[in-house]
Amino acid sequence: MSATAMAQVEITHAVGLHARPSVKFTKLAKTFTANIELALAAEGPWIDAKSIVKVMAARAPMGTVLHLRASGEGAESAVTALVALVERDFDEAAEGEAHVRTA
Amino acid sequence: MSGPLRLTGTPASGGYAEGPIFCMDNDAASYLSKGSDAAEAAALKTAIAAASEQLAALAATTTGEATDMLEFQLAMLADDSLSAAAFDAIKAGTPADKAWSAALAGEIAGYEAAEDEYFRARAADLKDILQQVLDVLTSAGNRAPPPGAILFGEDITPTRFLATDWSAGGGIALAKGSSASHVAMLARSRGVPMIVGLGSAAREIAGLALLDAEHGGIVLQPTSGDIETFRKFSTAYGERSRRAEEGVMKPAMTKNGVPVRVLINVADPVDLDRIDIKSCDGVGLMRTEFLFSKVTGLPDEEAQYRAYRKVLEWAADKPVTIRTIDAGGDKPVPGFTVEEGNPFLGLRGIRLALARPDVFSAQARALLRAAVHGNLKVMFPMVAVHEEYARATALFAEEAKKLAAAGEPYAMPPLGIMVEVPSVAIAPELFSDVAFFSIGSNDLTQYVMAAARDNTAVATLNSATHPAVLRLIADVTEFGRQHHIPVSLCGDAGGDAAAIPLLLKAGLRDVSVVPAQLALAKAAIAGVTV
Repeated sequence: MSATAMAQVEITHAVGLHARPSVKFTKLAKTFTANIELALAAEGPWIDAKSIVKVMAARAPMGTVLHLRASGEGAESAVTALVALVERDFDEAAEGEAHVRTA
Repeated sequence: MSGPLRLTGTPASGGYAEGPIFCMDNDAASYLSKGSDAAEAAALKTAIAAASEQLAALAATTTGEATDMLEFQLAMLADDSLSAAAFDAIKAGTPADKAWSAALAGEIAGYEAAEDEYFRARAADLKDILQQVLDVLTSAGNRAPPPGAILFGEDITPTRFLATDWSAGGGIALAKGSSASHVAMLARSRGVPMIVGLGSAAREIAGLALLDAEHGGIVLQPTSGDIETFRKFSTAYGERSRRAEEGVMKPAMTKNGVPVRVLINVADPVDLDRIDIKSCDGVGLMRTEFLFSKVTGLPDEEAQYRAYRKVLEWAADKPVTIRTIDAGGDKPVPGFTVEEGNPFLGLRGIRLALARPDVFSAQARALLRAAVHGNLKVMFPMVAVHEEYARATALFAEEAKKLAAAGEPYAMPPLGIMVEVPSVAIAPELFSDVAFFSIGSNDLTQYVMAAARDNTAVATLNSATHPAVLRLIADVTEFGRQHHIPVSLCGDAGGDAAAIPLLLKAGLRDVSVVPAQLALAKAAIAGVTV
C-alpha cells in the first residue's frame, strides 16, 4: 500500500507561495494521510508540505517550479489536488470577488 | 504620589474616557520559572494552545483582511516547526519565556532579511505571535483590562485592539504610536478615544486617569477639581456629538443659510456598510491603496473594476471621486514602491504611477469601465508639474481607445488633480485645463510647513490653519471660482471643528471628511456665518 507520486507545477500567483496561499496549501496537504514533501529544485532540499513555517521559509516567488512528491495512502490524489490548487492560483480570483461582495 | 501627572500628546481618535490605567508594557516582566524542564515545556505548550484559542475566537468576530491576518497567525502557531527550537532550548535548561522569545526572534530575523518585500512584511505577524504567547506565559493574557480601562503603553497591536472589549468605554494612551496607524483607524471607526505621542512618563503610571482625546491630554491621579472640569468637557462633547448625530441626515448649511457640500473619504469599501448614502453628498475621496496592500499582491483589472463599481452603485448617482494609486511616502506597497531615504519627497503618488505604466494602465482601464455605473470623477495625487497631468490624461485616453476598439463599454470621467504639492497651490494658473482641484490639506500642510506628518516631534508645526496654508487654500479656491473649476478639500482639516470656520472663510464650499467626523463637521458648519 505504499503508493508514491510526483509532479511539478509552476507558481503563477503574483506574489508566489505567500501567506494566504501557504495557509491554503498546507491546510489542503494536511487533509491527506500521505507523507507530502515539496522542493524548489528536483535535487531538493525537500521540506514537509504540511508545515506552513517551512513552506513560508522556502520563499517561493512567482515563476518557481514547485516539485511535489508524496508517499503512502492517497499519495496520487494528494499530489493531484495540490497541483490543481496551484494551477487555480490558490482560488485567489474567486476569493477576491467574495471579498468585494461581502465588503 | 506627588499630585496629578499631566501628559500631552496628539489626538488620534476623538472623545473622552475616565477610568483606571491599564499598563500594557508591564506584561513581560512577570514570568515565574516553573522549576523543572518538564514544567517549563508544559507551560509553553499550554500558552501556545491558549493563544491559539484566543486567536480563533478573535478570527470568528472579524472579516476581510483582519481575518486573513489572524488565520495566517493561527496556522503558524499550530505548526510544531515554529516551537521546535524553543522546546529544544527548554530541554537545555532555558526558561520557557526566554526559549520562546529566542526561537521567534530567529524566525523574525529570517523574515526581516528576506529579499522579497512580501515576506519581509510578515515579520510583523511573527512579532504579534511572539507577544501573544508571551502574554499568556507571563499571565498578562489573564490580566484582561478591567471594563472601561485606559490602555497605556508604547504602542498597541491590531490584535490587542480587536481583542479588547470596548463596550464599557475606555480608551488608548500611547507613548509612541501614530494617528495614521491601522489601530488609529480602527479606533476612529469604533469611536474609541485615543491619544498618541505622549512620550515617556517620569514616574509610574497607575490609578485613575482622565483621557481627553479631543485636545490631546491625559491626567493621572487627578484632583477633584480636575475631575470636575473633565466631566464638564466630556459632557459637552457628548452633547455635541448627540446633537450632531441628530443633524447628520440634513444637508449642511451655515448659520446664514449658505449650503455646503459635505462628502466622505473612503479608505476601504468595507466602511460603506455602516454609512447611509443619504447622510452625505457623495464620496469626495476614495483611496485605492487598500486594493494594493493585500497580502495577495497587486490587484488585477477585474478586482479593481468590481471594487470601483461597488462604490459607484452604493453612491447611487451622487459623485464619487476615486484617487488613482497614491503609494509611497508613508504608504509603502510591497512590489510597487521603492525604498528611499526621504520617501515623502520621493517617488510617490503620480510620479510612481507614471513610472509603472503597467500598473497604472490596468487601474485606468478598471476606472474607465466602472465609470458607466455611476457619477465617477478621477483624480491624480501628488501632481507637481503640468506634464504629469498631461501624461496621466494621455494614458487614460489611450486606454479608452483600446476599450473602444475592443467594444468594451466605458466612459471617460472628469480628470482632476490633488492640490498638495505647493507648486500647484502657488501657481494654479498652470493647471487651467484640469476638470477639478481637490486640496489635500494633510500633505499640503506638511510640505508648506516642512513638518513630516508622522513625526510627533514636529506635530505642533503641522497645522493646516497656519496663515500660510490658509492663504494658499484661499488662492486656489479663488482661482477655481474665477475659472469655473470646482475646488474641494479632502484632508483631515475638513472634519476639524476648529478649522472649518477658517476653511469656509477661505471660500471653500465642498469638504470631504472621514465618516466618523461627518456629523460633527455638519454641526460645526451650522455654527459659522460667512
